Amino acid sequence: MAMKSLQEFAGYVRQCKKELESRARRVLVCAGTGCLANGSEQVLNEFHRLSVDAVAVTKSGCHGFCEAGPLVKIEPDSILYVGVTAADVAEIVKTTLRDGKTVERLLYHHPVTGQMYRGEKDIPFYSSQSRVTLANCGAIDPDDIREYVARDGYMAMARAVADLSPDEIIEEMLASGLRGRGGGGFPTGRKWFFARNAQASQKYVVCNGDEGDPGAFMDRSVMEGDPHRVIEGLAIAGRAIGASVGYIYVRAEYPLAVARLRRALKQARNVGLLGDGLFGTDFSFDVIIKEGAGAFVCGEETALLASIEGRRGMPRPRPPFPANEGLWGKPTTINNVETLATVPAIMLRGAEWFQSIGREGNPGTKTFAITGQVANTGLIEVPMGKTLREVVFDIGGGLRCDKQFKAAQIGGPSGGCLSAEQLDIALDYDSLSKVGAMVGSGGLVVMDEGTCMVEVARFFMHFAQSESCGKCVPCREGTRRMLEILEKIVGGRASMDDLAMLEELAWVVKESSLCGLGKTAPNPVLTTLRYFRDEYLAHIVEHRCPAGVCTAFKSYKIDPALCRGCTKCRKTCPVGAISGDVKSPHVIDQSVCAKCGACKAACPFGAISLS
Amino acid sequence: MTPVETAQRKFRRVNEIIEVHGHEQAALVPILQEVQAEYRYLPEEILTYISTAMRIPAATVFGVATFYAQFSLEPKGKYLVRCCDGTACHVRNSKPVYDAIRAKVGLTDGKFTTPDLKFTVETVSCLGACGLAPVITINNEVHGKMTPEAAAIIIDTLLKRDGDN
Ligand SMILES: Cc1cc2nc3c(=O)[nH]c(=O)nc-3n(C[C@H](O)[C@H](O)[C@H](O)COP(=O)(O)O)c2cc1C
Ligand code: SF4
Ligand code: SF4
Ligand code: SF4
Ligand code: FES
Ligand code: FES
Repeated sequence: MAMKSLQEFAGYVRQCKKELESRARRVLVCAGTGCLANGSEQVLNEFHRLSVDAVAVTKSGCHGFCEAGPLVKIEPDSILYVGVTAADVAEIVKTTLRDGKTVERLLYHHPVTGQMYRGEKDIPFYSSQSRVTLANCGAIDPDDIREYVARDGYMAMARAVADLSPDEIIEEMLASGLRGRGGGGFPTGRKWFFARNAQASQKYVVCNGDEGDPGAFMDRSVMEGDPHRVIEGLAIAGRAIGASVGYIYVRAEYPLAVARLRRALKQARNVGLLGDGLFGTDFSFDVIIKEGAGAFVCGEETALLASIEGRRGMPRPRPPFPANEGLWGKPTTINNVETLATVPAIMLRGAEWFQSIGREGNPGTKTFAITGQVANTGLIEVPMGKTLREVVFDIGGGLRCDKQFKAAQIGGPSGGCLSAEQLDIALDYDSLSKVGAMVGSGGLVVMDEGTCMVEVARFFMHFAQSESCGKCVPCREGTRRMLEILEKIVGGRASMDDLAMLEELAWVVKESSLCGLGKTAPNPVLTTLRYFRDEYLAHIVEHRCPAGVCTAFKSYKIDPALCRGCTKCRKTCPVGAISGDVKSPHVIDQSVCAKCGACKAACPFGAISLS
Repeated sequence: MTPVETAQRKFRRVNEIIEVHGHEQAALVPILQEVQAEYRYLPEEILTYISTAMRIPAATVFGVATFYAQFSLEPKGKYLVRCCDGTACHVRNSKPVYDAIRAKVGLTDGKFTTPDLKFTVETVSCLGACGLAPVITINNEVHGKMTPEAAAIIIDTLLKRDGDN
């Protein structure tokens, strides 16, 4: 039962808007992954139990400010309560919903200035953002299609299907200059254009919801908080290239996203926004969800297609490009979740509007997951080209616990580490690739002086090495050798020759690997070598870890004043490094000690410490 | 029940799962996922059976089953504890949380599952809740802002709950 015409759709829109208006006063409880983990479900239940009839209480997707969760938003009063527990609900119902006053202790208080903020738009975390793709995340109930429709949802798709030709859609996308948000930054319009021109009876569009980058969760939040927007973007892509089937590939670790998407699909089919002959045209479209099974490399597009086909998810050489030979050999377009979620806004407001945001060659907004040692962790959306400083200090609120900024790791395992000297760099595709980093999916991990950059490089190399699919030698063997060398450096066993070897290997792996995983795996190493070389040298030449992180440069010591000679540590030590007589202070032979820490854990008197 | 009967019972459930998804290779991953949800791992004889029933070479079935991190050819514990060691969690000290959980459930050496099959403790590289780093999940339930002490308390609660049963 597809919608038969635009008029029929317009009627449905009116009905949805009216319903939403009737719920003038609303309470939105965040049910994103972060807030759920902090107990927002109990908060929601308590509201349902206590609320007065006239107030609609619904859950919403992630508001982005996960650190301060569980969040409760009250509209139209524009009040944001943070850190709400079930025990606070009665007071909110009485004070705010009945008496119209705010519960001050639940408002957001700035951790440094102590200033109190009443509404979302006043809080610095939000006020410097421009939310386009995330506009509905945290503002609507993701499980209710009517709320999405009431906020102009599916309007862009209706127009794209009923009013525009596929060529006109592609034209608009080309003009908008939208670049893929999945990492590479390839122009979306061009990608669609290639698939549109491929001749075939069957074509496919695929949404890449694999989001394997550690430290990134924007795709998760969009799929969970505004699933219909992803479906709408996918349908527009389908219309543009001539595909009647779309796939959404969601990573295995995101069960909630799968559930919300499934539900959204069911609703869209029920009201006739998916199915055969949409809006009285001959365009039919439906979507199939595929769950990943836990392999980072499956985010690479050819590997992802292999995985959908039920094979091992290994990349293959290109060409042929998926635009010509994709799923089951048919022309296929693959786009990232955020890319597709941006499409409806562009189709609705036009290419010119989109171009007016961001910077030359990098139009629009980008979401970033800002985490690590920063005061406000969470999900943000800013115009392309905001500086790293603005993001870390204005929005992120600076470093936690009065620490100094040391580095920002941006773009995940494919990206790089920037130092304080690069704080004024613009966050866009071109500026970041110039300094050896990448926008990637938009993960931004802030590190303070307590982080060892060599250890960070080792960490990423460990990730790349264990996620390499092993198909090509430079990636499989090269990342392993690089990891070995990095382990030698943090273990205090490396020479300058090792360092030279590491650098050489990095270039070989970068230049000769088959897919993006291998090609970008050396980036964290190369950027830390570039901006934090002195730390490598300190480990190798001076045998010390400037950040005081690497255990190889520390030693376990027994404080003779605290030691009671109980012999516990001596009996625990696996390598026999401890000696001493019963009831007299024990000592550790540093040349034998393997630094396992077992003695420290065993000492009942806290006499052993690491320094 | 004789071993033969047990095997037939197993295969009956597998047959149902295959019927729902069809015999195309594209159905292989979802079938393996559902089978694993049933048994908590992929027993070897079931993989062989799937290969025969779906007419897909056994090498392909085993190849897929060993490629993806989600699949396990060994039995997993009743509680699957996954400790995130992604970047955000790593820089907020996820390692001590992992070590504390392993110590608490008594895992030593290279083992990930306790002998009584109660706990499996693994690391993963990002659960997508990085704002609450460090994060662990226990059978898909997310626990954020972990400390070694808090993690130990959660494990204690599980142990106690099991003791009461
Ligand atoms: C190893 C590897 C992992 C990737 N992981 C993802 C991912 O998780 N999500 C994603 O959208 N793109 C990922 N990509 C990029 C995709 O291959 C592809 O470029 C992207 O989905 C295209 O969409 P876009 O043009 O909309 O950005 C990955 C690439 C590589 C090489
Ligand atoms: S570069 Fe690495 S991940 Fe990519 S195909 Fe080669 S071995 Fe596999
Ligand atoms: S750290 Fe380990 S090896 Fe060293 S003295 Fe203590 S128990 Fe022995
Ligand atoms: S365990 Fe502690 S108190 Fe006992 S001998 Fe060792 S250092 Fe001394
Ligand atoms: S999950 Fe609630 S704000 Fe992110
Ligand atoms: S890095 Fe741990 S949840 Fe993302």
